[in-house]
Amino acid sequence: MARPPVLALRGITKRFGGVQALVDVDLQVRAGEVVALAGDNGAGKSTLVKVISGVSPADRGLIEWEGRLVQIKRPHDAHALGIATVYQDLAMCDNLDVVGNLFLGREIDRVGVLDEVEMERRARDLMRTLSIRIPDVRVPVAALSAGQRQAVAISRSLMGAPKVLLLDEPTAALGVEQTSHLLDLIEEVRDRGMAIILISHNMGDIKAVADRVAILRLGRNNGLFDVSTVTQEQIISSVTGAADNAVAHRSKGDEEAWP
Amino acid sequence: MSRGGPRRDGVPAGPGSAGPVTARGERRTRGWQDSLREYALDVRGSVRGGERGPLLVIAGLIVIWIVFQGLDDKFLSPRNLSNLSVDIVGTGLVAVGIVFVLLIREIDLSVGSVSGLAGAAFAVLNVNHGVPEWLAVIVAVAAGTAVGAFHGVFHAWLGVPAFVVTLAGLLIWNGLTLYLLGASGTINIDEEGLVASLTSRHFGNHLAAYAVAALGTAGYALAAHRRRSRHRAAGMPYRSRGEVWLRTGLLAVIAFAAAFTLNRFQGLPLALLIFLVVLVVSDYVLRRTRYGRRVYALGGGVEAARRAGIGVERVRVAMFMVSGTLAAVGGLFVASGLTSASPTTARAAGSGMLLINAIAAAVIGGTSLFGGRGSPWSVLLGVVVIQSIASGMGLLGVQDAVQFMITGGVLLAAVAADALSRRAQARRGRP
Repeated sequence: MARPPVLALRGITKRFGGVQALVDVDLQVRAGEVVALAGDNGAGKSTLVKVISGVSPADRGLIEWEGRLVQIKRPHDAHALGIATVYQDLAMCDNLDVVGNLFLGREIDRVGVLDEVEMERRARDLMRTLSIRIPDVRVPVAALSAGQRQAVAISRSLMGAPKVLLLDEPTAALGVEQTSHLLDLIEEVRDRGMAIILISHNMGDIKAVADRVAILRLGRNNGLFDVSTVTQEQIISSVTGAADNAVAHRSKGDEEAWP
Repeated sequence: MSRGGPRRDGVPAGPGSAGPVTARGERRTRGWQDSLREYALDVRGSVRGGERGPLLVIAGLIVIWIVFQGLDDKFLSPRNLSNLSVDIVGTGLVAVGIVFVLLIREIDLSVGSVSGLAGAAFAVLNVNHGVPEWLAVIVAVAAGTAVGAFHGVFHAWLGVPAFVVTLAGLLIWNGLTLYLLGASGTINIDEEGLVASLTSRHFGNHLAAYAVAALGTAGYALAAHRRRSRHRAAGMPYRSRGEVWLRTGLLAVIAFAAAFTLNRFQGLPLALLIFLVVLVVSDYVLRRTRYGRRVYALGGGVEAARRAGIGVERVRVAMFMVSGTLAAVGGLFVASGLTSASPTTARAAGSGMLLINAIAAAVIGGTSLFGGRGSPWSVLLGVVVIQSIASGMGLLGVQDAVQFMITGGVLLAAVAADALSRRAQARRGRP
């Protein structure tokens, strides 16, 4: 409990024109922990992801990285800190093979000439250590299943050895078996000491892998629960606003989170 | 890279780490018969899967050759084939430039006009103003590069769709060409000069053609062998020895047959040699360098490329510059073939025949209009098909009007095949 959070957001506020997308949102995540971020459509989950990944910075609020104040103004800032994001659309080049996608933008080369053998070796190693089952790292990602693509996208985000991993609705497009593979992968990554923020509105996924779940509603915090003790009904009522008197939950969560 | 069908042994590495070890054991025992069978299976699979292998186009080419040979027995004569190998170069170089642009999922409609501009600029500078040939060549090619940069900037930074920018360019550069030629009319270029020799020079010594064939085959064999042993050393799947030999053998047969045929006329044409060098270099850059990887990435997904930190705008501008440059170089070969630059040929350049031939050559060879798939080598096959049709119709004395309709039809067929193969891939979950 004494460990400071890797990433802590305080009082994040963001508005688009007349719309308050985020108001005074707090969130923190520690190493080796999965924090789920849940909320209805339009609750501000995606906006918060964009704030953290630097795609669209906050108007107000503080961001602390390993206890010190930092600014995330651009995607590059988030990268440099060690924040990796896997977007819902995965952003892969379908025509390139798995190796090409894993190393896109950080190819291994000698004076500009690609070292395909080394890249393929490392890609295989990575797939093996993460227990990802891909038929061949040389097939174009377009030929992979949705689950395999998601796994490749996650392993790509791990290439830069990040400390915080943001996953935006990773199971939305997956079947039952693929989802369970993916949840295994998330646990695998967490056990390596990564802090994970999992955006999801699938209660099953949240209960399965998250340690804590933070609820957003209409751009505000609406509850922070310990997943091992909270019931699905409590989460759902926070998400839908049936339990707007969430202060009780929050204060408990805050005690735990703010030493 | 595995574009264009599974080129490797075809045995999936298997899940996790178990693959390479067992696979290696299997592979060692394989002879060339198995390789051949497997290759045939690969081809069948990729045709069914909607990937157009080169084999289909080669089959089409053989049919075209047989038909024209049947109609006129001069068609497959060494003389006609040798002329064909020179005539493909102008269009071919322009088409290689088009490939670069098609790979990033854009199009350059101005290449015909730009090639005309380069030819005219060279002729005006050299003949009318007495500028030395080498300098006039450099200026003409640099003009093509500058025009490409101009298109690229309008497209990448101002966000104007490439097809509109280059459509405007088609008219602008054609107008400029006519303006340059306006005062003098037809300009005949020096028939003994540097530019004229681009298409007229042949290496009469028979050794030249055979040396190039041998060098190409040996280079391929060496590269394939090195690749194979590096993959084996790293414990990764590799092609069987039989497959490497089979591929090398096929290449050798084609290369030496071509050399033999060329030597029965005037020997290896300089133009063909230059074309082959351009193909080898551009293929290497696109497939083996970090830069080329970015080009393919951009064709696969702009957003993905941008998030991976690729300077999308810069790559776009660079591709239009390559296309403009190669269009200009191709234009010099066209001017060289005609040994003149004239308002008539300028108007022809602006009419889009060269443009259509170049796009058709790229697409027939297997470069996709939808970005991210294809290679410069596709041009060689495509341009031979296009030029064979043109040459055959020329021999038979088919009138221009009919030639236009046939060339347009061929382009339409190639593009339709491209679109169909894309749909077949989408059905299999391969966008």
